Amino acid sequence: MNGTLTLRAGPAVIHVERRTVVVSAALVVVAVVLALVALGRGQEWAGPGEVLAALAGYGDSAFVIRQWRLPRVVAALVFGAALGLAGAVFQNLTRNALGSPDVIGLDAGAYTGVLVAVTVLNGTAGQLAVGSVAGGLLAAVVIYLLSLDSGLSGMRLVVIGIAVNAMLTAVNSWIVLRAELDVAIAATGWNAGSLNGVDWSELRLPFAVLGGFVLLLMLISHAMHQAALGDEIAATSGVGLGRLRLLMVLAGVGCTATVTAVAGPIVFIALAAPQIGRRLARAGGVPLVPAALTGAVLLLAADLVAQLLLQPVALPVGVVTTAIGGCYLIWLLGMEVKRR
Amino acid sequence: MTSRLTAEDLKLGYGERVVSTRVSLEIPDGAFTAIVGPNACGKSTLLKAFVRLLTPTSGTVRLDGRDVGSHRPKQFARQVGFLPQGLIAPENITVRRLVARGRYPHQSLLGTGTAADEEAVRTAMAVAGVTELAERPVEELSGGQRQRVWIAMVLAQETPYLLLDEPTTFLDITHQYELLALFARLRDEGRTVVAVLHDINQACRFADHIVAMKAGRIVAQGAPKEVVDAELMEEVFGLPSLVMPNPATGTPMVVPTV
Amino acid sequence: MKTDLSRRLPLLLVSAALFVAAAGASMMVGARTVPAAEVWRAFADFTGGTDQLVVRDLRLPRTILGVCVGAALGAAGVLIQSLTRNPLAEPGILGVTAGAGFMINVGVLAGVTASQGGQLLLAVAGAAIATLVVYAVGRTSPLRLVLAGVALSSVLMGISLGLRLTFPDVFDRHRFWSVGALAGSEQTPLVVPALVTVAALLAAMAATGPLNALVLGENVAHALGAHVARTRVIVLALVTLLAGVATAVAGPIVFVGLMVPHLARRLAGGSIPWTMAYAMLLGPVLLLAADVGARVLLPTGEVPVSVVTAFLGAPVLIWAVRRYGAATL
Repeated sequence: MNGTLTLRAGPAVIHVERRTVVVSAALVVVAVVLALVALGRGQEWAGPGEVLAALAGYGDSAFVIRQWRLPRVVAALVFGAALGLAGAVFQNLTRNALGSPDVIGLDAGAYTGVLVAVTVLNGTAGQLAVGSVAGGLLAAVVIYLLSLDSGLSGMRLVVIGIAVNAMLTAVNSWIVLRAELDVAIAATGWNAGSLNGVDWSELRLPFAVLGGFVLLLMLISHAMHQAALGDEIAATSGVGLGRLRLLMVLAGVGCTATVTAVAGPIVFIALAAPQIGRRLARAGGVPLVPAALTGAVLLLAADLVAQLLLQPVALPVGVVTTAIGGCYLIWLLGMEVKRR
Repeated sequence: MTSRLTAEDLKLGYGERVVSTRVSLEIPDGAFTAIVGPNACGKSTLLKAFVRLLTPTSGTVRLDGRDVGSHRPKQFARQVGFLPQGLIAPENITVRRLVARGRYPHQSLLGTGTAADEEAVRTAMAVAGVTELAERPVEELSGGQRQRVWIAMVLAQETPYLLLDEPTTFLDITHQYELLALFARLRDEGRTVVAVLHDINQACRFADHIVAMKAGRIVAQGAPKEVVDAELMEEVFGLPSLVMPNPATGTPMVVPTV
Repeated sequence: MKTDLSRRLPLLLVSAALFVAAAGASMMVGARTVPAAEVWRAFADFTGGTDQLVVRDLRLPRTILGVCVGAALGAAGVLIQSLTRNPLAEPGILGVTAGAGFMINVGVLAGVTASQGGQLLLAVAGAAIATLVVYAVGRTSPLRLVLAGVALSSVLMGISLGLRLTFPDVFDRHRFWSVGALAGSEQTPLVVPALVTVAALLAAMAATGPLNALVLGENVAHALGAHVARTRVIVLALVTLLAGVATAVAGPIVFVGLMVPHLARRLAGGSIPWTMAYAMLLGPVLLLAADVGARVLLPTGEVPVSVVTAFLGAPVLIWAVRRYGAATL
């Protein structure tokens, strides 16, 4: 299934890998199927026909499906895609499959920003969004400065990020304890994100913000693609590396921080989705679209598992992603050892 | 001889470590210049300064009279192309797609190009001699083939200036001579080629202009016949040699007498 | 040798003095600050006042716990760093403490943790399994080992969290298994863990001799007569024992085993036995200092000590990575 598709629009020509298109289409199908399942889940399972009718506004379960379940499903898909994109961006930036925003502490930093916004300020949606992005960016700057002399790519940055993660997680714990925050938050151990109870009103702003960051990503994706050839080739073929990296960090942090602001830290989607997407698409570098679609599918699947596994208790989705993602990471490391 | 690409009084280094001082060089347009010298004499560093991969600690590199740093990245990349050492073949990419990446400076922000791109890619592959390999994955190719693919990529960039850092290092002897002959042909077509070469004889055979470096300084520069002699070999390489005209080509030929 | 001793002995005495100071602080500082004189009276001249009760029934067990756990983790850190020649290694980072904690969680769920002996066994078993998994996956490089440990810790913490949320009543009494803390363990009988810890520490000290030889490289060690495989097994067993017991009584505490060996090594030069000696004194100092900090960081209530050690230890890990990077000790 090799080969390139050439798209023409007037004089403009652009090439896309055929396999990427096929894989993307397949992932969309899977996402739709999962969405139908998730929307139909309840005391009594609703079939796809009923779900579709409900979406259009007909049927007894229309309200339940559209107002309760749909926001959660859409959030899972959109947030999963955002996390996948963030992971792809940072794995490209660090040229390391483990250089993921959740591993290197950017999510923890975003959460610190959120907690500060909640405890020190009023905690409005806008403040949460700004706080989370600011926190994530600050963490990124710290890690960057600490890793500067040993190079941005490679394991050192990842381990430094792990240390920063531990530190910020400790800080977050302290803030939560100090502020005697809602028991519900404390109960989840401050570190597992959840999609419980999301409704449309709290999704509007995050979706808009995410839309902005995704737009930014689209604008820099071609340069990112070129940068995957290596710094020297990229620079001498006309990529402005300094500016590109700044924008990549901004877009990546923006995506993951916005998700964290709404749902809390959901780990390992950003780590796993890009690599799975890359393997499926059999692409060089870490392509963005498969990462996003895989992330969407993974998060929705994880959320379904979280709700179904120990019924009627709904686990935070972060717990499920941690458990599965951690195993994936161990497997990944184990594979690398075998390969040597 | 005109010279659009020049370096004035450069001091080059990495962090605290100083590699070169007081280096001035004007690259002659439309000629094939070879930079030679022992290991760690600053050849690669000088080349990197020319292509903006290294900012000089002091001194200026200019293109068309303007500091190279002041040109916009794509603008500069349409004038000067560079092939570094130690290239790693990306995974899952065909020859044609890799060569097409050389068109980046001519494409829009979103990556759209024109029909001229395909033309440039075809020409570049033909000149580099890799047309038959067009649909093969790059990682499957041999070292020599891969090097020619990289050359094709830089050629597709369609730049009047072509700077190459040790392009012949990992090639077998046949391919080395093929590549050097290619550089001479490019020079014939009007391009300016600058290459760091480690074989002095090859440099003398093909280059119009030799720049000999040692310990971070330019020791001599000029046409091979005028510059390369036993004295230079002793000074730069510490190698006692005889230098005589190559029986086949008439260019200087170095025969070490060690 | 003489000059070494003349340098090391005073340093050792200073460490011992720090130890006493830390223990003293642990007895004095808290929600109510008890002056030193009163602390002394609580033991020498007991009259039953509130302060004295606090000192005897709360602070004393807590301090003893801090000493045991601090020494155990410090010693385990020295052992594992010397064995793997990895400056980034420690039981917390490598997931050993997470493994111990996880097994206890499982035990709580299964209802087998009534006896302390059972708890200790579970903890050590969990620690052992974690050690094996992480070592198998990450043994090729120091950084990879850390990553494997982090991954395993995350998985186990995640599952533990899930278990706690699903069965809240069962876990209510064992709140601190998620996060390491010296508070809340005042009722735990300390005799058995303390004895086991002391025995393990003595064994660890004895193991430093063969370890010293091993550090020079396996071939050299063989030539010197050390039993390489046997030493490795014993050292790993001691690490799991020390980390397991420490986690059984205090919950997972990270970074103590990382920080202490680096500090101790600075003082001890290249000698592992001396490093171990310093570690056994400085481990408690560090942990008790962190615990004292944990008591005062919040206006009311306390921060779990593992939060403080994470905050203090992370910069140390960063320093160690920048200094040693992918290189070995």
